[in-house]
Amino acid sequence: MSLQLLTYIVVGLSFALYIGIAIWSRAGSTKDFYVAGGGVSPLANGMATAADWMSAASFISMAGIISFSGYDGSVYLMGWTGGYVLLALLLAPYLRKFGKFTVPDFIGDRYYSRTARLVAIICALFVSFTYIAGQMRGVGVVFSRFLEVEVNTGVYVGMAIVLFYSVLGGMKGITYTQVAQYCIMIFAFMVPAIFISIQMTGNPLPQLGFGDRVADGTYLLDKLDGLHRELGFAEYTSGSKSTLDVFMITAALMLGTAGLPHVIVRFFTVPRVKDARKSALYSLIFIAILYTTAPAIAVFARTNLIETVSNQQYDKMPAWFSKWETTGLLDFDDKNNDGTIQYVADPNKNELTIDRDIMVLANPEIANLPNWVIALVAAGGMAAALSTAAGLLLVISASVSHDLLKKLVMPNITEKQELWAARGASVVAVLVAGYFGIHPPGFVASVVALAFGLAASSFFPAIVMGIFSKRMNKEGAIAGMVFGLGITLYYIARFKLNWIGNIENSGPDNWWFGISPEGFGTLGMLFNFIVAIVVSRFTKKPPVEIVEIVDNIRIPRGAGQAQSH
Amino acid sequence: MDAATKKAYWRENIKYLIFLLIIWFIVSFGCGILLVDFLNQFQIGGFKLGFWFAQQGAIYCFLVLVLAYIILMNRLDKKYNVNE
Repeated sequence: MSLQLLTYIVVGLSFALYIGIAIWSRAGSTKDFYVAGGGVSPLANGMATAADWMSAASFISMAGIISFSGYDGSVYLMGWTGGYVLLALLLAPYLRKFGKFTVPDFIGDRYYSRTARLVAIICALFVSFTYIAGQMRGVGVVFSRFLEVEVNTGVYVGMAIVLFYSVLGGMKGITYTQVAQYCIMIFAFMVPAIFISIQMTGNPLPQLGFGDRVADGTYLLDKLDGLHRELGFAEYTSGSKSTLDVFMITAALMLGTAGLPHVIVRFFTVPRVKDARKSALYSLIFIAILYTTAPAIAVFARTNLIETVSNQQYDKMPAWFSKWETTGLLDFDDKNNDGTIQYVADPNKNELTIDRDIMVLANPEIANLPNWVIALVAAGGMAAALSTAAGLLLVISASVSHDLLKKLVMPNITEKQELWAARGASVVAVLVAGYFGIHPPGFVASVVALAFGLAASSFFPAIVMGIFSKRMNKEGAIAGMVFGLGITLYYIARFKLNWIGNIENSGPDNWWFGISPEGFGTLGMLFNFIVAIVVSRFTKKPPVEIVEIVDNIRIPRGAGQAQSH
Repeated sequence: MDAATKKAYWRENIKYLIFLLIIWFIVSFGCGILLVDFLNQFQIGGFKLGFWFAQQGAIYCFLVLVLAYIILMNRLDKKYNVNE
C-alpha cells in the first residue's frame, strides 16, 4: 500500500472516531456545554487537559526547536511543565471550589466589578484568538505535507471537523474527543521515538536512550557535542542565551501556563476539590510523557541529520531529502560547487538551510521507519492541533455567550437561549480562526510571547491575589491587570513586532536588562503584583460578602453541592 | 466550623505550599538554570547533571511535588474534617 493511501486511511479513521464520540456526547444544558456537567472523572480530565494543552507547536515544533538550540530549548521543557505545579498548588483546587464556568466569572465575582469582568473577557479573547490562529495554520500545514493538498484545503477540513464536535457537544464533546486525541497523539509521538532509540543506542526508553552509548562506545551526547564543535556550532549541552534571559523566559512560560484560560477552565469540570488536585497530577503525568521524550527525539534527530548530510555527496542523498526540498523546508545551495553538502555554523560557508518543523515530521523517514509509522505521525499532528483548537474555541464561545451576553448585556436570557448563543459564538469563532489560518496575521508567529506573556502579566496575579489575599480589592486588581497587560503589550509591540519605535534600536542591545520579549511576561507579572498591592492599600477594603467568598473557597468541603445548583 | 479552626487549617496549608514551592524553585530555576554550569561538571551516565536537570530531572521532580501535595492535603483535609 502506498504511503499516501495509508495516511488517508489512518487520518480518516481518526476523524471518524472524533465524529462518533461527538454524536455520543451531545450537550443538553449550558452546564454540559461549558464544563461538561462538572462530572468528568479526574483521569479522563487529565488526559483531555493534556491533549488540550499540547498543541501543534508541542507536537511538531518543540522537538525541532530543542534540536536546533540544545540546552537553550530547556526553557520550553521546564516552562510548559513547571506551570502545572503552580496550577495544582495555587489555583486549581480553589477555582474548583468557587465553582463557576469561566475565568472572567471568577475575576468578575471576586472583584465585584463589571469593569474587572470586561478586562478579563478582553484578555481571554485576545489570548485565545492569538493561540487558535496558530492551531488552524498547524492543521493546514500537516494536511498539506502528508496528503499533498493545498494548505487552505487543510484549514477548511480542519474547521469542519472542529465545528462539528465543538458546536454539538461543547465541553462534553470536546473532553471525550480529547481523550481519544491524546491516545492517538502520544502513540504517534512515542512509537518513532522508541524505534529510533533502539536503533541508535539499543535502549528502548528514549528518556534513558539519549544518555546512553552509541555503537562505538561513546556517549551519544558527547558524540553530538563533538560533531557540533567540528562544524563550528555551540556545544549542544551548553547554551548560548544569557542565564538571566533563560530564567525570565522559563518563568514567563510557567506563569503563563498557569494563567491561560483554556487550561484553567479544565479544573471546573471535575466533581470535587480533591478531584481537581488529582486531575492536575494526571495532566502533568500525561504531559510529562511527551515532554521528557521530546528532548530525546531532538538529540536523535540532530545526530542523524548531521551524520546523513554533512560532507556527503548531494546526488547520493536519500529520497526524503528531495521530497522535503520540494516543500521548500529544506534548501541546498552549493556555494563552492563541489557537489558536497557543507552544513556548518559559518553562514558564508553553510550550504544547507533546514526548517525546524521537519525534525519531528521527517524523523521517521530519516530513520527509515515503516510507512504506517509515518501515517501515524500525520494523524498525531492533526490530533494535537485539533484538540487545542477545540479547547480554545470553547473559551471563546463561553466568553461571548456567558461572560459578555449573559453576565453583562442581556442577563434575562433563558438557559436554552444561552446554549444557542454559545453554539452560535463557536460557529463565528471557527470562521474567524479559519480566516486567520488562511491569512495568518503577522502576530501569529509571536504567539508564544503574546499568549504566555499576556496570561502571565494579567490573569495569574489577579487570580492568585483573589485567593490568597482578603485585602485585595477591585481597584487594586483592575489597576494591576491593566498595568501588567499594558506594559507587556507595549514591550512586545516595541521589541518583537516592531509596531512602535525604530527597527534599528529594537535589537537585543536595546532590551530592558537584556530580557527578550518572550521573557517579559515575568516582569509584567511583577509589575502587576506591585501596582495592585500599592493601589489596594490606598483604597477601600473589599465588602464583607467578598471576604466570605474568599473564606469559602479556601475550604474544600461543599464543592459537590455547589456543582448541583 | 469556627474561625480559629479555619485559620489553623489555612496556616498549615500555606506552610505546605511554601515548602513545596521552594523545592519547585530549587529543582528548576536552581539546578536547571542558575547552577547549571556548576552541576555540569558531574556526570550521570551520558548526561551532564545540570543539562539532565534542565531537560529531564526538573520534570520528574514536578511530578513528585504534585503527588506530595495531594497526599499532604488529603491528610490535612481529614485532620480538620473539611474533606468531601
